Amino acid sequence: MHYRYFLMKILRAVITMLLVVTFVFIVLRVTGDPAQAILSEDATEEEYQHFRKEWGLDKPLHEQYFAYLINMAKGDFGKSFRDNRDVRIIIAERLPKTIVLMSSALLFSLCIGIPLGIYSALHRNSIGDRLSMGLSVFGFSIPNFFLGILLILIFSLWLKIMPSAGSDSWLHIIMPMVTIGLGKMGSYARFTRSAVLSVLNKAYIRTAVAKGASRMRVIYRHAMPNAAIPIITIVGTSIGHIVVGGVVIENVFAWPGVGRLLVSSVATRDLALVQGVVIIVSISMVIANLLVDVMYGIVDPRIRISKKED
Amino acid sequence: MAVNESSRVLVGVISNEILIKKIFRKVPPVIMLSLLWLLIIFVLAIFAEKLMPHDYTATNLRNRLAPPFFMGGTADHFFGTDALGRDVLSRLIHSIHTSLLVAFLGTMITAIVGTTIGFVAAHFKGWVDEVLMTLVDFQYSMPFMIMALLVIAFFGNNLILFVCLLGIQGWMRFARLSRGMALSAQNHGYAVAIKQLGATPARIYLKHILPNVSSILIVQTTLNFPQKIIVETSLSFLGLGVQPPNSSLGSMLSSGRDYLLTAWWIAIIPGIVIFCTTLCMSLIGDWARDMLDPTIEK
Amino acid sequence: MEENNMENTVVSVRKLVKYFPVKAEKLFGSRKTLKAVDNISFDIYRGEIVGIVGESGCGKSTTAKLVLNMIPPTAGSVLFNNKDITKLNPSKWRAMRLNMQMIFQDPLGALDPYVSIGKQIQEPLDIHNIGNLKERKNKVLNALDAVSMQKHMYDRYPHEISGGQRQRAVLARALIVEPELLVCDEPISALDVSIQAQVVNLFKRIQKELGITFMFISHDLRIVKHLCNRVVVMYLGKIVEEADSAELYSNTLHPYTKALISSIPLPKPVREKERIILEGDPPSPVDLPSGCRFSSRCPDAMERCFNEEPELIETGDNHRVACFLVNKGNHENAL
Repeated sequence: MHYRYFLMKILRAVITMLLVVTFVFIVLRVTGDPAQAILSEDATEEEYQHFRKEWGLDKPLHEQYFAYLINMAKGDFGKSFRDNRDVRIIIAERLPKTIVLMSSALLFSLCIGIPLGIYSALHRNSIGDRLSMGLSVFGFSIPNFFLGILLILIFSLWLKIMPSAGSDSWLHIIMPMVTIGLGKMGSYARFTRSAVLSVLNKAYIRTAVAKGASRMRVIYRHAMPNAAIPIITIVGTSIGHIVVGGVVIENVFAWPGVGRLLVSSVATRDLALVQGVVIIVSISMVIANLLVDVMYGIVDPRIRISKKED
Repeated sequence: MAVNESSRVLVGVISNEILIKKIFRKVPPVIMLSLLWLLIIFVLAIFAEKLMPHDYTATNLRNRLAPPFFMGGTADHFFGTDALGRDVLSRLIHSIHTSLLVAFLGTMITAIVGTTIGFVAAHFKGWVDEVLMTLVDFQYSMPFMIMALLVIAFFGNNLILFVCLLGIQGWMRFARLSRGMALSAQNHGYAVAIKQLGATPARIYLKHILPNVSSILIVQTTLNFPQKIIVETSLSFLGLGVQPPNSSLGSMLSSGRDYLLTAWWIAIIPGIVIFCTTLCMSLIGDWARDMLDPTIEK
Repeated sequence: MEENNMENTVVSVRKLVKYFPVKAEKLFGSRKTLKAVDNISFDIYRGEIVGIVGESGCGKSTTAKLVLNMIPPTAGSVLFNNKDITKLNPSKWRAMRLNMQMIFQDPLGALDPYVSIGKQIQEPLDIHNIGNLKERKNKVLNALDAVSMQKHMYDRYPHEISGGQRQRAVLARALIVEPELLVCDEPISALDVSIQAQVVNLFKRIQKELGITFMFISHDLRIVKHLCNRVVVMYLGKIVEEADSAELYSNTLHPYTKALISSIPLPKPVREKERIILEGDPPSPVDLPSGCRFSSRCPDAMERCFNEEPELIETGDNHRVACFLVNKGNHENAL
């Protein structure tokens, strides 16, 4: 019966994608003539008519909606009015940089945050615990753009050991990565700490200890696998935060990714480009969430069993 | 009987006083400090006009990038001046005023809209509930920032639209919370009793259920407020929020970026204000939620 | 007793049925229904106090809600002053509340904790826009007086007053619109035993003074005997016996009623009384026994009782009963 769980998740993802596209469609229609919005200002009358026909703008609204859905499914977002290039190509150029930055930020927050949380849980109320928890509170309270500026000020301008902008070398990625990842690192550390603590209080762990299992063995064989499940859930919910963090932070560090593209296209009102980026970013997020859900379903056998009961 | 009654009342008053004292004794020092900081910030925001030492738009090109008082500057420009010679302290106070006002209005919109949607879903149930809860799920999986950028790109930017846009952020939390509480209140005796007196649904929700769930909604509001400040300052930092000549803490920080090497305080001071304000609000909100937790469990 | 003609009938319940769907235990399990009220008919006459008695789960509270039209029936009708009230639109439904009011089991739950007692008693007047503010306040003070509450209770909040006073406040709130029918769902069972009698006497006095028709739901036959003119006994969604109070207690026909009456504790050893103790709990209203619903616990059950369901029949003197012991059949009857 557990495919029911996956089926529900996929269905939910499809509905979310549909809602994303519908939302963009509504915004597009409310502002007026989409042809004028999407086409560049120096488009010819011919291009204009062609666009209207292709997008079905002469047809009733529901048909326009379906035409729009089909265009989006094909990935046809129109052309950027700045250089008249296909939006798909522009985004494809920027995408790798963003993916590199976001995945390294995620990796950074996981690789530091989870061990920090485990350490804090095992050395509860020690100075190390207090320090790491203090750091994590700092990490998720500080606005990320302010953290970025602080890092630039300290490491680029005062200490002069880090580049402040661009993406030319592996050194360039460190500061944006830390800036995006620090907030998440803080919440992972706190969450891992409480997950591990609650597992350590469970009866089976105390039984294992009573039976004389070594401390390390108890932690790695019994406590960790059981604490992993809630940790995966919290990672799943943070994809959105990392994406949003990326949008802002790419602008702080002049990182040439999709986030910077989005902000500059909003500022110049390059609407075809904005529409393309928003849809691609949202849909990749939906897919990433779906993957986390699927992983969650595989790791935790309980939901496969319990979910079918209700 | 009368003696009995008055003594009962007396006991009630005394126990209330003890309760209040207990709560105050339980307030941790961190929360006290946070409250103090917020008090200062709110006073600055509310009385901004009177507290600004200079006109926040007055330029003085002869006195550009003057250092703050603590770095050898004059007391006249306590936090120094910016690239156009404008008084940083005055701009800071004005920015606090703008940021807090925008965030406050946005939070009010969110609370009203979200709560209404939650009540509507709880009242009508059926497909209305299904549709609204699907929208809530959608909003949870779609970051507000991305939506906001789309809307700003298509509709352009003005302050009223910007405030309304901020009003969308976090509505789903209120909707989910108020729906759950309304559903449980519907089964509660008083809602049933008042309904059978002949009260309209609007009366039941506004006059009875709303006051009964207000404490939880107020806590949610104090948790939403700092998020609003972060979102507003982020968008203004990107140049897509509050537009010049008006200034917010985010746009002030953004304009200070270019002078980090020569006048770092222009960017760092508003940054610290944002950081401390949101941190204090979150701490108070979390604390208040923990205090309320036993009642939520009920 | 009064004439049972149309003009004197306030409520007329006809073939009333209420089923609730029960959630299936398994995903594809068959849907079951809980037969809370199953085809009952009875009348309530003007100015009388009708008691509805039975164990918990017998459908008496559901009956109360159906009579007040707080939930829609599955089938059947409820006539109020000869008008069917089961199909009213929301605004007519609300207007109808002026004529019928309800008292709940838990007076604390029925009061909004954030509104003062006076304001809550005034609420029906605000809702239905009766009188100006001064008149409303005067009416509230009169209502407080009518339920023997002091004037200073006006500004109190529900948690500040005692259980008995809360129930008085709820009563005052119901009476302030001068309803024709007052339905009380176990109004005293949540109260302290020491004040139950006070509140019962208050009900009695109010009924006498105002001539309101009462429908009084209770599991306590002692109080029903003291208070009601007529009693309807319910078991698992069915009426098993119905009679005038005096008749019911002196000439009990149904074995279930006998058991209920025998369980009333008597003061001191007035006389030796044979107690009929029912075995086990009532069966689940989801899985009803075949035949007579009481057959599984009935001390006098016959073979026929397990196969056929007895009809409610009139035995004279406004006395109706559903039992094969009474109903003419192939067995000797108890009459």
